[in-house]
Amino acid sequence: MSRRIAVLGAGVAGLCVATELAARGIAVTLHDRAPAPGPHACSWWAGGMLASDCEGETAEEPVVRLGRAAADWWQAQGVPVTRGGTLAVALGRDRGELARLARRTANHVALDADAVAAIEPQLAGQVRQALHFPHEAHLDPRAALGTLRAGLAARGIAISAEAPVGPTVDCRGLAARDRLPDLRGVRGEMLVLRAPEVTLRRPVRLLHPRNPLYIVPRGGGVFMLGATQIESGGRGPVTARAVLELLSAAYALHPAFGEAEVLELGADARPAFPDNLPRIRRRGDTILVNGLFRHGFLLAPALARMTAGLICEDTKPEMMDEDQAER
Amino acid sequence: MPVFYGTEVASRLMLGTAQYPSPAVLADAFRRSGAGIATVSVRRESGGERAGGDFRALVQELGVRVLPNTAGCHSVREAVTTAQMARELFGTDWIKLEVIGHADTLQPDPFGLLEAAHILTSEGFRVFPYTTEDVVLADRLLDAGCEVLMPWGAPIGTGLGLTNLYGLRTLRAQFPGVPMVVDAGLGLPSQAAQALEMGYDAVLLNTAVARAGDPAAMAEGFARAVEAGRLAFEADPMEPRDMAAPSTPVIGTAFLS
Repeated sequence: MSRRIAVLGAGVAGLCVATELAARGIAVTLHDRAPAPGPHACSWWAGGMLASDCEGETAEEPVVRLGRAAADWWQAQGVPVTRGGTLAVALGRDRGELARLARRTANHVALDADAVAAIEPQLAGQVRQALHFPHEAHLDPRAALGTLRAGLAARGIAISAEAPVGPTVDCRGLAARDRLPDLRGVRGEMLVLRAPEVTLRRPVRLLHPRNPLYIVPRGGGVFMLGATQIESGGRGPVTARAVLELLSAAYALHPAFGEAEVLELGADARPAFPDNLPRIRRRGDTILVNGLFRHGFLLAPALARMTAGLICEDTKPEMMDEDQAER
Repeated sequence: MPVFYGTEVASRLMLGTAQYPSPAVLADAFRRSGAGIATVSVRRESGGERAGGDFRALVQELGVRVLPNTAGCHSVREAVTTAQMARELFGTDWIKLEVIGHADTLQPDPFGLLEAAHILTSEGFRVFPYTTEDVVLADRLLDAGCEVLMPWGAPIGTGLGLTNLYGLRTLRAQFPGVPMVVDAGLGLPSQAAQALEMGYDAVLLNTAVARAGDPAAMAEGFARAVEAGRLAFEADPMEPRDMAAPSTPVIGTAFLS
C-alpha cells in the first residue's frame, strides 16, 4: 500500500507540493476551505514573472539559483510559459537606477534605443536604454494554478474541505502563523488593465527610487500592473495611493495606458520570514512549507521538489531549518 | 553622547528602517551600526487591526529607541494625525515631524512645519522637526517648544551630502546649546563625518544604508565615520591656511645637495 500524505492549502505552494508528491506515487489528499484556486490565496494576485535574475538585486542568493529551474518545471506541467525575458527600463532622471541594477544582477544585456525599439517597438522613443534579462520567463498565474488543479483532478485528487488526517504538508501561507510565529505579512497591491492599443511581448520593470512598477502582459491586450510592497499584514482593499502610483508609473511608460479599462484591483499579504527566504520545517508528522514572499511561482517548484525529496527519500532539504523549536 | 529631551542616546548615528531588502538585513545593519535610534514611518500602517504590527514588532526587537516619523505628510492636519497615531502605536511622545512642501525636492514646508510643531508641543509631544538650514525658522521652532533641530543635508534620498555648508555652519554656530541632527541627503560616510566635524550632534540616514549593495557594511562604515567626525570636533581641529607651513622648521638645517 502506498503512503498517504495530506496537503493543506491549495495555493501555489500546496498545488506544487501535491503535484510533486502525486508524481512520485504518493497517495495525496488536498485540503482547502475553498473548492478551487481563487482570491482567498495570495498566489491568485501574483504577477507570474519567473524573474530569477532580476530578483537578485535584493533577494538572497538561493532565490536566483533555485528560481532558474522554475520555467522548465511549469512547462513540464503543461502550463504555457513565455520565454521572452524581462526588460528593465528607467526614465529620465532615474537612469542611475539602471546602472545600479546592472551592477547587482547577472545575465543581462544592455540595450540602446535601437535595440529597445527592435524587441519592443512600442517603447521606441520613450525608452532610450534598458537591460534585457533574456533567460527570464513569465506565465499567467491563475491559468497555472488551474492547470495544476486539473492535473491533480485527473489523478483523482480533488480539493476537499475536510480537515486533513495523518501526515500533513502544511502550505497555508499566512494562515499558518498559528504555528510559525516568525512569519509576517508583506502587503502587495496590483491591478489588471485592458489596453488594446498597447503591445508588450515581455514583462517590463520600470525602475524608480520610490515607486517601482512591473507590467506583465497576459495576452489579449490585458496587463497586470504590480506591485506595492508594504510592511503590513493588512489584506484590506487597494488604497487610492497605490492605484495612483501604479497607474502614473504605467502612464509614464506608455501613454496609451491612460485609455485602458481597469478590469480588477487586488490586494493581499504575502507570507514571509525575516530574511524573505522560504522555509521547510518539520513538527511531528507535519511538514510546513512557507514564506515564499514575492517568489511564489518562482520558488514553489523547487520547494515542492525538496519537500517530496524529504518525504520520499528522507533527503534533508537546503531550505530546512530543523532546530527552530515550536514556540 | 547626545541628549534629546533629557534622554541620553547611545550613539550619534540614527538609522531609518525603510527600503531594506529584508527585515533580517535591517537587523544586521542595526547591529553593525550600533545606532541608538531607529526612525519608523507610520503613515502606511493605518489599516487597523494587525496591519503593520508585525513590522513594528520587528523594529521594537532591534532593542533601540524608536523615533516614529510623519514621513510623506504634506499638510499640517495629516502630520498631526499621523503623530497622534504614532504615539498610540509606539507608546512614545517622541515624533520626528516632517511636513513636506514640494513634491520634487521633498523640501520641508516651513510654514506648515511651524504650525504643526506648535500644535504637537502643546499636546505634550517631544518634537524633532525635519527642517531646512534656515536660521529664522530654527529660531521659531525653538520658540514653539522644539528642543532638537534636524536640518537637512540635501533633499531626501539624493545622497548629495551637505549641499549648503555655509548655512549649516551658521545654524550650528547660532544655537550652540541645541542638539542638532543632520537628517536626509547623506550618501557616503565621509559626508556624515563632515557633519560631525562641524559640531552636529548626530546624523540620521536611511537610503544610503538600505539601498547599498551590502547594507550592514555600509552601516558600519557610517558608524566609524560618525565616530571619526566627533573625535575630530572634540579635538579642536587646526585652522586651514593659505600657505605651506612645514611641520619641521627649514631654517638652520643642513643642505645636502
